[in-house]
Amino acid sequence: MVETSDIRVVRCGGSKVNLTPPIISSDSRFVLCTSGDLVKVYSTRTEEWLHSLQGHTNQVTGITLNPANHLQVYSCSVDGTVKLWDFIDGILIKTFVIGCPLFAIYVSEKHTGVLFLHVSMATDSKNECFQLVSVHLPKSAEQEVEAKEMSAVSSHISKNPSCTAFGRGGEYIAFARHLQLNVYFFRKQKTYSFSLKATDKKGAKNAFTCIACHPTDDCIATGHEDGKIRLWRNFIHKKEYTYSTQHWHHNAVNTLCFTPEGTHLLSGGIESVLVQWQYGAGNRKEFLPRLGGSILHISASSDGQLFCTSHSDNKITVIESSFKVCGVIQGLVKGDAVLTDLMIDPRSKALVLNGKPGHLQFYSLLRDKHLYNLDIVQQEYIYEAGLDQFEVVKAAFDIKGSWLATVEERGKKSSDLEFFLKLWAFDERTQSFVLNTTITAAHTDRIISMCFSSSEETTMLVTAAEDSQFKAWCQGADADTQQDQNFWSCDFVGSYHKLNPTNCSFSADSSLLAVSFQEVITIWSPDTWEMLTTLCQPPGVIRDLCFGRLSCSKYLLGTTTKNLLCCWNLLTCELEWSTSVDVSKLQPDPFSENVAAFSYQSKHTDLFVFKPSEPRPLFTNKNVCSEKVHRAVFVPREEPLNSCDESTQWLNRSQLYFLTQNMDLLTFSTATEEDRMLSSSKQLVIDDSVAVTPFYLLLGKHRQQQQKLNTQSHPVSDKPQQTQGSVTIKELLHTPAHVLPAASVLCSMFVNSFLISNTGVQQDPLREEMDSEKEEEDSEEEMEACDSQQELRAQGSVDEVTPKLSKAQERELKRVRKTDFSWMAGLIDSKP
Amino acid sequence: MMSTDLRSAMGEFKVHRVRFFDYMPSGIRALAFNQDTERMAVARMDGSVEVFHCSDRFFQEKIIPGREQCGIEGLSWVGERLFSAGLNGGITEYDLTNQKVKYTIDAYGGPIWTITGNQQGTHLAVGCEDGTVKLFEVNEDQIQFERNLDRQKSRIISLSWHPSGSKIAAGMMDMIQVFNVETGHSIHRMLADRGAGTSRSKECVVWSVVYLSDGTIITGDSVGMVKLWDDQTGTLIKSHNVTKCDVLALSVSQNEDSLVAGTSEGIVVQFQFVSMVLEKDDKEWVRTRTFRNHTHDIRAVAEITTAVVSGGMDAQLVVRPLLDKIEVRSAASALRKIHFPHRRLVSCARKSGLMLFQYPGHLELWRLGESEGKGTPGSSLFVKRNPEKLLQLKVKGEDHIRCSAVSPCGGWIVYSTASTLRLYRLHCDNNNISITKISKLPKVLSSANQLCFSSDSSHLFSASAQSSVHIASLSQSGCKFVGTLKPKSGSHQAIHLLAASEDGKWLASANSDHEVHIYNLQTQKAHCTVPVYSSAVTAMGIHPATNCLFMMHADQQMFEYSIEQKQYTDWSRTVQRKGLHRFWVERDTPCLNVMFNPQNPSHVILHDMYMLCIIDQSLPLPDDKTQFYNQLTLKSLTEEQRKSQSHAFKVCKTFKDILCVELMPDQSLVVVERPLEDIATQLPAPIKQKKFAT
Repeated sequence: MVETSDIRVVRCGGSKVNLTPPIISSDSRFVLCTSGDLVKVYSTRTEEWLHSLQGHTNQVTGITLNPANHLQVYSCSVDGTVKLWDFIDGILIKTFVIGCPLFAIYVSEKHTGVLFLHVSMATDSKNECFQLVSVHLPKSAEQEVEAKEMSAVSSHISKNPSCTAFGRGGEYIAFARHLQLNVYFFRKQKTYSFSLKATDKKGAKNAFTCIACHPTDDCIATGHEDGKIRLWRNFIHKKEYTYSTQHWHHNAVNTLCFTPEGTHLLSGGIESVLVQWQYGAGNRKEFLPRLGGSILHISASSDGQLFCTSHSDNKITVIESSFKVCGVIQGLVKGDAVLTDLMIDPRSKALVLNGKPGHLQFYSLLRDKHLYNLDIVQQEYIYEAGLDQFEVVKAAFDIKGSWLATVEERGKKSSDLEFFLKLWAFDERTQSFVLNTTITAAHTDRIISMCFSSSEETTMLVTAAEDSQFKAWCQGADADTQQDQNFWSCDFVGSYHKLNPTNCSFSADSSLLAVSFQEVITIWSPDTWEMLTTLCQPPGVIRDLCFGRLSCSKYLLGTTTKNLLCCWNLLTCELEWSTSVDVSKLQPDPFSENVAAFSYQSKHTDLFVFKPSEPRPLFTNKNVCSEKVHRAVFVPREEPLNSCDESTQWLNRSQLYFLTQNMDLLTFSTATEEDRMLSSSKQLVIDDSVAVTPFYLLLGKHRQQQQKLNTQSHPVSDKPQQTQGSVTIKELLHTPAHVLPAASVLCSMFVNSFLISNTGVQQDPLREEMDSEKEEEDSEEEMEACDSQQELRAQGSVDEVTPKLSKAQERELKRVRKTDFSWMAGLIDSKP
Repeated sequence: MMSTDLRSAMGEFKVHRVRFFDYMPSGIRALAFNQDTERMAVARMDGSVEVFHCSDRFFQEKIIPGREQCGIEGLSWVGERLFSAGLNGGITEYDLTNQKVKYTIDAYGGPIWTITGNQQGTHLAVGCEDGTVKLFEVNEDQIQFERNLDRQKSRIISLSWHPSGSKIAAGMMDMIQVFNVETGHSIHRMLADRGAGTSRSKECVVWSVVYLSDGTIITGDSVGMVKLWDDQTGTLIKSHNVTKCDVLALSVSQNEDSLVAGTSEGIVVQFQFVSMVLEKDDKEWVRTRTFRNHTHDIRAVAEITTAVVSGGMDAQLVVRPLLDKIEVRSAASALRKIHFPHRRLVSCARKSGLMLFQYPGHLELWRLGESEGKGTPGSSLFVKRNPEKLLQLKVKGEDHIRCSAVSPCGGWIVYSTASTLRLYRLHCDNNNISITKISKLPKVLSSANQLCFSSDSSHLFSASAQSSVHIASLSQSGCKFVGTLKPKSGSHQAIHLLAASEDGKWLASANSDHEVHIYNLQTQKAHCTVPVYSSAVTAMGIHPATNCLFMMHADQQMFEYSIEQKQYTDWSRTVQRKGLHRFWVERDTPCLNVMFNPQNPSHVILHDMYMLCIIDQSLPLPDDKTQFYNQLTLKSLTEEQRKSQSHAFKVCKTFKDILCVELMPDQSLVVVERPLEDIATQLPAPIKQKKFAT
């Protein structure tokens, strides 16, 4: 069928921001982190996502500041390219094509024009053998440059990028793998290696987990699996090397980072406590506890004033050097498994799924921003392995988004299952969901499926459970309850031959309810609770069930465990068509007739998008990803695309997101969409008021005062009033550093700007005189001034060449005219 | 006591498992290392001083027993002379040749807290309770008071000479003073900070001070800090917080690039003088390693060439090798913990089943129990008659016991302190025990370094000064001096081992210069001298049948010397030629007894602290490829295979923490154990520490 190249799978929105260490720009204004195929730029002050650096076509695996220019950043990606960006303006400066997947990038000030990259050894990629190579960047003016000149530094590299670090000024590079620490000196071209025993008598696990080098001293800090931190010194001796051991973490040390001055060492691990060790003072340490998920990376700004930690719950925390959290950048929280479906909150159009334990998270995919968490379980979660605690397993929204139903359960492993069905009403006043009803024993066994009726008038919830019953729940059916609060209660209990239901679904107009019982689909009328018909297509238990939408609403689709996709015509109650395909997820688009089906075959997942009425798929994408897909959702677009291409038409109104077993949230992007985003990103200019620096305060205040003055006394002259000097300063400050001319050139320009030009001297007294006069007149003749302003504006627009002169002349004329009048009148009066 | 059947490929023995010897080692108070002779002097809480040979596997060469009420606070070598000072206010010099106190003189300054000699070997400085630092001149045979340095208000806790000998740093309460030795005046006064919070009101005790040649003064104090001071300006350079409690001891290595600090938490912290930027000279003291081998306060540390030696309240001497200073890793460079003395504290009257236990201040005589029936190998037997304590003999006077012995027949008990030797006749009819002191002893038997009875209990051999052995004959009437055995030549070091032959013809003596002399008892003449080996003799015995002398050395080598032929036996030569198995040589405690099995003349029974071994001289020797500990493997093999697999060394590790093993005439073994856990429970409680997850 149609294999299209302009639709591709991208990681865009909801991606991991904790994959690599975040970096803080040298002025501490921005935090950069990788997020899927993008590099995102956040403000450190406001935690706002400013813009992203878009251009890689696969997962970005590493970013680092360009040591030669601190306004530029290198990024490397699995797509085999290294890109150099101007991250303030979001401009791609250069692309270096390396040609093989890259997994980490390192740079050093001493090695200009050289990048150090982690590449997978081609021979055995399965063994996860990695190589550290240095790449000389060719000097070329072209945008895209091939850089194939690689030389291997070492082939004994851990796949963990934090196990490699540059030492003091790039003199040496230290890398650890398993139990061996290697230090390679560039000048001597010699490697020293030190190994530890795998275990000792006290049961220590000595494998290396991370490395950091002191910026000024020859000291290497290594983290170990059992939580020890070792500080290695004197490592140019085979024998007389020495190390000291410090132990606070009770589990593996995930990351280590020296502050830029080297006065402190920061460490983090699973405890989610940031530990600051005073360098050279043994055990003296400070703690910043309760940071959330376990700490994966720590980075420090170049002035040492800010630290950034990235956490396992997809979060970046910005911490001041005084150990105060000053900002949290929260990504989409992905735990070990998403138990609920991916849902869209009809009100906020946010993606809803499991977040923090016991919570539902609301995540805006459009703005790629975490909105809020809704505490469902409302119990303290205890961070300890092996405890059986309540988890949200099901959730559903009604069509308007005013009701939310959740199921939480615990006791998955043990026999005594405990679960609650909770219904939440949306409170307009607080703009959040409020608990309305808790049903403790909704069923006698686990709830399998749950859905709201899709009609606007009445809301009804249907739950199907393993106790071979399905129940319909209605609001306020119970007369005994108070009138002002409408609680939910059971309206109907249905069953079919004591079979266990597997799925339930309402038709688009809520006139029909389909409940599948093993191999049989029963169709019910929700109004009368009468079973209308049964549909059956053995063999195979029904797995997924959905009604067609819009023009296809007469069709009912179902998938079975025996790899069959069936489509029934509900008017004739006959099987319209069926095809043999192993569908792991069937997802209808609520805004069109389209249905997406993910099928898992021979270790990769294929996607088919089709209309139930047409046997031919609209779109096929083979090998979307290598894992099984169980969760998918159509996310409505803010503004629909108007693509006419048949293969991309289905993406016009909504976007399909799906979640792989590796917890990667992927989506499809079309070529037109990408073009649009690229063009929009070019227009983006950093806002002036991103951060208030002392320099800004000084200049800004000055400017503001001027503006105030302008508005007060000279509303007429807006632009010309600014001195030439400030224009130059502005020019100086707003031009990116890399396009500025040499300082010597600038200097003369700068100094010149302070000199008073000849024309200015002539003009100024005139203007001042005029101003003072005008102020006197203002009180009397406000209306006139206003008029003259409008007049002037009009004239200025017509005759732009000499607006000042014309204005002055006008004034002169006016004054002359005014004075003349009285004088002439007096003269005339007296004369006769 | 338990009785166990020990049956295996090495033979069948009934074992008396004795655990009623409540030996308590005394805590270590001070250490002093002599670089030139490689000897480590150790002072214990009970006032005893021991000398270990550092390059000879830390064999305990010399033991000078202590006295009641004699607390030693400091030890110092001056040349090859050893001095100690204690809270009784006296300075003591030791006669190391004869292993006794040479003299004690009073310093007249109240209790002495510290003593240290300068590197030139000319002066000793002591720090006294009254706040004076007293200088003593070391003369040829005595020391003489020279003068006081400026008297201070508080007591002097610690002292250290500048290597040039011109300055002394003294640690006191709350401060450190630096004295000019020439003028006696204080140059600098440096105040040590008190702890924060509640400990603010407590004085800061500068427990230890070290003066380096570059003018750095390093102190360890009760606040838990190791501080570095500059003696030019008298200012603090850097301080390291090592512990929450006290830093009790400091020691710097010979080349001043490493420093160890012992704390009351039982940890030793190492500091190293390393360059912060490689290949540059700006070095700093950096805390590096931490050694946790002690459970209690560490009272003394010493950094020797290749190891850190530490000792404290838990009474064990720990030798932690520094692997970066060791050229070749070998058995000599392993971690070593010395718990028990390398001397026998138990003697056994084989024929009557009596055991004599030697405590510092008294002796205990026990009769072994009896068991019933035969059990399966490894099983416990029913004890028919419980062991009983027959006698407790308290020492007269303040001196502690140096050596003791019970005669094989069980009729005589003898012990010796530094000043007296006492011999008792033991009468034992049924349950009535009585002893009578033999009052008229020959004058020569005034004191002994080692005591031994002949196998027929008719003679007493007493090793005394000048490496000589006095013989006294014992009879019902009393004790009569017979003669003195003197070596023809050689050193005059004290004898620490004596072994008499079963037939009463030969006597062997070993002294701390590794010399073994053999005397003919019939002629009372020196018979011959065994060629001197480089390592000390730790145990020896004369074979009852062949009259061969079997010797064990500290480096685990073994020699068999035929007395009659005056040469090593063929077996001994084979052992030396083929070499011993790696596992045997790497054991870290010396063998303490050599016994022979009369039933099987080819068997030699040895034991050390961790194992019991029977060497079958008729079997082939193992080489490095064969399995050394093969007892379990042998059990699983058939009779024929066993023959081809077995080798001369049969090691039993059933027993632990062994003080003594004796073979009784009825083919039963007596194993005296003193489990280290039992010792640990009797120690005072250590400093309470918060442990993770408790």
